[in-house]
Amino acid sequence: MTVIKNNPKASHAQSTALPSYHCHMPSYLKPRFRVERSDRRCIRCQGCVEQCSFGAQYYDESADRVEAVDTNCVGCHRCVVFCPTSAIEIRHNPVEYRDNAYWRPEVIEDITRQAETGGVLITGMGNDKPWTSYWDKLCLNASQVTNPSIDPLREPMELRTYLGSKPDQVQIDPATGRLGTRLAPQIMIETPVLFSAMSYGAVSINVHESLARAASMLGTLFNTGEGGLHPKLYRYGGNTIAQVASGRFGVHPEYLDVARVLEIKIGQGAKPGIGGHLPGEKISAEVATTRMIPTGTDALSPAPQHDIYSIEDLSQLIYALKEATNYTKPVSVKIAAVHNSGAIASGIARAGADIIALDGIRGSTGAAPKIIRDNLGIPIEMAIASVDQRLRSEGIRNRVSLVAAGGFRNSGDVTKAIALGVDAVYIGTAALIAMGCTECQACYTGRCAWGITTTDDKLTKRQNPEIAAQRIANLVEAWSHEIKEMLGAMGINAIESLRGNRLHLRGVGLTREEADILGVSLAGE
Amino acid sequence: MVNRVRFREDYCVDCRLCEVYCATAHSQSKDVIKAFKDERPSPTRGISVQRRDATSFALNCQHCDEARCAWACVSGALTKNPETGVVTYNPEKCIGCWTCILACPNGAITRDSEKSQIIKCDLCSDREVPVCVAVCPNRALVL
Ligand code: SF4
Ligand code: SF4
Ligand code: SF4
Repeated sequence: MTVIKNNPKASHAQSTALPSYHCHMPSYLKPRFRVERSDRRCIRCQGCVEQCSFGAQYYDESADRVEAVDTNCVGCHRCVVFCPTSAIEIRHNPVEYRDNAYWRPEVIEDITRQAETGGVLITGMGNDKPWTSYWDKLCLNASQVTNPSIDPLREPMELRTYLGSKPDQVQIDPATGRLGTRLAPQIMIETPVLFSAMSYGAVSINVHESLARAASMLGTLFNTGEGGLHPKLYRYGGNTIAQVASGRFGVHPEYLDVARVLEIKIGQGAKPGIGGHLPGEKISAEVATTRMIPTGTDALSPAPQHDIYSIEDLSQLIYALKEATNYTKPVSVKIAAVHNSGAIASGIARAGADIIALDGIRGSTGAAPKIIRDNLGIPIEMAIASVDQRLRSEGIRNRVSLVAAGGFRNSGDVTKAIALGVDAVYIGTAALIAMGCTECQACYTGRCAWGITTTDDKLTKRQNPEIAAQRIANLVEAWSHEIKEMLGAMGINAIESLRGNRLHLRGVGLTREEADILGVSLAGE
Repeated sequence: MVNRVRFREDYCVDCRLCEVYCATAHSQSKDVIKAFKDERPSPTRGISVQRRDATSFALNCQHCDEARCAWACVSGALTKNPETGVVTYNPEKCIGCWTCILACPNGAITRDSEKSQIIKCDLCSDREVPVCVAVCPNRALVL
């Protein structure tokens, strides 16, 4: 076997040229994957060579064989899916370390990589550590004998949700019988699932379009992320949450006007307290125009919003946005779930926000320091429970809608989140998986083989919005059906009746303290 | 109206599955591995992916209303089927002069050097939807 060792810094090189054998000092890192090919099956069509954007496949003309550079493989499976003869297998490279429960292979490899590069380790997607997922320790109730369950196929079942601040009380004008109270703007969504903030630049224009189209097909909302909105997507404005983040990229009057909801981004679950850095290579001419920055320059989002150092400052920006849009749109404030989320959320509600978005430690990103992604922030389950509880005990829960984000994997997670106290959830990763993402975590390279986290012209084409929007819509429709089934089983016919109804939840394998924080009883109680 | 396979270069991802399955559909065994690895002569295909830099698209016969290849064909091997509109190739009559290749404005006809004949798309006359359209994973080929 020929051992090919490439410099890790160059491991995501764009070139698909033949590997250079030992032309530099070998890295001590072993390839993570092994690309195996059945020569009996391979017809040398070279589809895999073309599809692999990481340069892990090449055609050796003199030998008439397709070969692999294992070091470059990120395990994205693009080649596997596209190979017409199922000739390719991607396996973990079978290098076995001496068993050690503490110095795990990942730990050794991270240290080695840092010893070789001297840099902060950057990665993509969300926290991949086997930490407790409280969704997996919560059970939902079902009706038996004493209260009837409902068949959602036979009876109406309501998932419609209104996002926006609700009044403390409503007055009916006795003369006309009409509502006398002026309501804050309310946004109707047909299902309590929204698409998380992913900026144009971090993801391709076709991904933005796919999310926008899916949102309009479903009657829900997608979030622009911090990179503005391409003018060709203005027609989906009615399904758009326009984010205003610390870099203020792409924020101008028209952007605010076309959107349905505005969102001030304070933090993000994958990297709380950290700014953003979109490398110049991803800033194509179109991205630059949308972001209103020069082509090819790094787009740096500062860690804090430099005009917000207090709740009072936040309030000023909230009202500046409301003034700018004539009080026609709800303003959301997005924060990462951290230790004092309850108190912070109370401040945000009092500062005039209509929606609070909470993003937990499982939240994903296009690029973040690995150490931050995996260690900062708290689980979203705890944050939802504590924020909902705090707002309720202060009597201001009605003033804001609560939206949670960060690792929602299925309709069970969504339903439990609603029972814990949110109005709706944001999904990001699940929507990308619907488009083809395999969680290979190479988003930060800008070479996503599935054409998702890239602005490369050639790779962008790999997402056809007609197909991708339908796949995302299918996913959310399936979840919506399942949520209806679960509501029916609980004997409830509207999502309204489940919101914050923690009596429908029971904990399994939780300590009494954890159950108390979550505000749930234990199973059997 | 004659059916035509239209390519959409904005969505072609250069995967060549159209080529692979066109050849398989026109092979003896109809089995992708056997067709490519065992069959001699090798199966031919009427579609080919053109590429330069970031652009790629799959080109095949457009079954033109005024088919210049049929007009140019000296032996009557290429004819426009008056009913289906398909530009049909009869290898029995072909003498391998390759005049049609020069006449085709799309470059959709290629040489079969093994047999000194031509290769061109037959719009998969035996199928409802041409195989290239059916297999294209990104809807870069539509009818
Ligand atoms: S895609 Fe499959 S059949 Fe084609 S060259 Fe690669 S391994 Fe061989
Ligand atoms: S396409 Fe993905 S899985 Fe296949 S070799 Fe390249 S990096 Fe590895
Ligand atoms: S199958 Fe479709 S995407 Fe693939 S090369 Fe052919 S036309 Fe392009």
